[in-house]
Amino acid sequence: MEQRLSDPAADPHALQRSTLRGNAESIGFAIMVAALVVTPFFTYPLFLMQAMCFALFACAFNLLIGYVGLLSFGHALYFGWASYLSAYAAKAWGFTPELAILTGTATAALCGLVAGLLAIRRQGIYFAMITLALAQMMYFFALQAKFTGGEDGIQAVPRGHLFGVIDLRNEAAMYVVVLVIFLAGFLFIHRVVNSPFGEVLKAIRENETRAISLGYRTDRYKLIAFVLSATLAGVAGATKAIVLQLASLTDVNWPMSGEVVLMTLVGGLGTIFGPVVGSFVILVMQFKLAAMGEWVLVIQGVIFVACVLLFRRGVIGEIANWLRIRL
Amino acid sequence: MRKILGLATLVVASACGGANAQQVTVKVGVLSDMSSLYSDIGGAGSVAAAKLAIADFTKANPNVKVELISGDHQNKPDIGLQLANQWYDVEKVDLIIDTPNSGVALAVSQTSNAKNKVFVVSGAAASDLTGPKCNANTVHWTYDTWMLANGTGKALVKTGGDTWFFLTSDYAFGHALERDTMAAVEKNGGKVLGKVRHPLNTNDFSSFLLQAQASKAKIIGLANAGGDTINAIKAGAEFGIVKGGQKFAGLLVFASDVNALGLQTAQGLTLTETWYWDMNDANRAWTKRWQAERGAPGKFPTMVQAGVYSGLTHYLKSVVALKSATDGKAVVAQMKKTPTDDALFGKGSIRVDGRKLHPAYLLEVKAPSESKYPGDFYKLRATIPADEAFRPLKDGNCPMATG
Repeated sequence: MEQRLSDPAADPHALQRSTLRGNAESIGFAIMVAALVVTPFFTYPLFLMQAMCFALFACAFNLLIGYVGLLSFGHALYFGWASYLSAYAAKAWGFTPELAILTGTATAALCGLVAGLLAIRRQGIYFAMITLALAQMMYFFALQAKFTGGEDGIQAVPRGHLFGVIDLRNEAAMYVVVLVIFLAGFLFIHRVVNSPFGEVLKAIRENETRAISLGYRTDRYKLIAFVLSATLAGVAGATKAIVLQLASLTDVNWPMSGEVVLMTLVGGLGTIFGPVVGSFVILVMQFKLAAMGEWVLVIQGVIFVACVLLFRRGVIGEIANWLRIRL
Repeated sequence: MRKILGLATLVVASACGGANAQQVTVKVGVLSDMSSLYSDIGGAGSVAAAKLAIADFTKANPNVKVELISGDHQNKPDIGLQLANQWYDVEKVDLIIDTPNSGVALAVSQTSNAKNKVFVVSGAAASDLTGPKCNANTVHWTYDTWMLANGTGKALVKTGGDTWFFLTSDYAFGHALERDTMAAVEKNGGKVLGKVRHPLNTNDFSSFLLQAQASKAKIIGLANAGGDTINAIKAGAEFGIVKGGQKFAGLLVFASDVNALGLQTAQGLTLTETWYWDMNDANRAWTKRWQAERGAPGKFPTMVQAGVYSGLTHYLKSVVALKSATDGKAVVAQMKKTPTDDALFGKGSIRVDGRKLHPAYLLEVKAPSESKYPGDFYKLRATIPADEAFRPLKDGNCPMATG
């Protein structure tokens, strides 16, 4: 985190900057909301809904890597399993969409708790490997389990009626629901990051030993952050299953875990808007380049390399650094 | 002279119905596997076949304008579904064709039904498409799992292969093929000793083959396709499966697979196809054009690619008859009403459940010594007439057939 702001006390512009920072975040948020309200009139709503699900997923992932410094390489587990359970609940048990999404979210929270308890005992590459191993275990479980439908996934998931009233087969209604879920998730993450709890998380990121010496039980903080991140990833996955009416192996397989890392990196690690921008960039790219087949992956690889070599702070991170604000 | 010709054209045109002169625009999307294990079966070859069909059709019907787009579903139902939705909603595509991979095809079939467009399946095999999951917007063209089971499975049991072990690709297609073949084997007095399921696009078949070897079954039924079948047979040769007295039954083997395996490895395989490039002069002539269009003189079209040509031709005929492509259900109803007739599949028909009917051929792969020229792959062992080749309507449990 080399772009850390300098100590406010030593900086004469600190006060000015902190109000500027608050303003920049509000302005950024207003721009984002405005864009998400206006764009469905110009582009394909289904694509935007999907992009918002991925954006929330990336934000949830960023909560862990950007603010606690834990690189999880198994976030597909929570995203994918939430989408399976949400799809299954809606299809086989006839749950209404909000209950289906809650079912998926609860599944992700539970998986996050178990995986988190095991994984947070280790750090760095070991942490990443443990999360990856657990995610792959659950991937093979999804592959073999009867109810997930193997390679076919769970197809033709009914969108149903929200609260039993609002028909979600209407694209506009579905869009509003996804928008609300996304914004709620986004604001929740913003709140967490800017709370005293979030400050402790950042302290752990900067220097865990020091945080321990100050009397914080860092394992607990890390576990809570892990579960929160998994839960929010679950919200995203569960919503995606309802939107696309499909839950499939793609969402639970390891490339998905890699994709979310890429989205976060391209957008800007540890910035609140970065993952949103990153996921839109990656998805638009996949969407526009779909005709080029396997070249999409090659191009993604090139972008990843360019991102690491040329602008390490990501799109938003670079802009923020350039304008000397925090986004 | 010119005047007379012009007049004659006018008379003919008006005889065909004045409205025929109005421009009909159709947009066709080839949704296929462009980069992975099924790309040789469909893929760019299917796009080439579609181009030929469009060229032939618009030459005879200049008032029809056909646009063509193609896309790669990467064998993932979610990507296929997303592309299909986008094509129907944004690109205003009227017909999606090809789509190997039954998992993807089942998803696209449902979307086509919901959005009232047309889906002509050539590449996917699951007989469920015209069974419990049939709908009024889907036509299943080239072949299906029941036909393969009934052709290859039955033939092998009759020639002494009465104990079976299945290597099954773990998704809709593999399950359907395994189920239909097991039924055919058991009906003809054979026995199934066991089965194992492998993920789609597997590179390492060793553990599965060891299980097959241990089962001591006479026949190892490969309920998979494309790259998976090729890998399994190649790995089987390394494990000495055939030398050990067991035999592979490729339940779905395409000309492109035989080409990839080479006759040395593939010789003696019994398989069922509905179209073979070297069957008659019309097929051979079309193959030459296809190779030129595809830019691959060493490749040979599969039945899937021929099915794309044939299916697209029949679809376009029906659209012209209706003068509109907007109502998918009406177009499919028209397709079922008119008998099919084209250069590659000859005369045939489409049943109420969406099943296209034509003969199937039981073939055997030649030994290298018997093959006289490149692409000379098969000996014809039997022809199964159209009314026996496919599952009887009443056994399919298609809601449209039972009313």
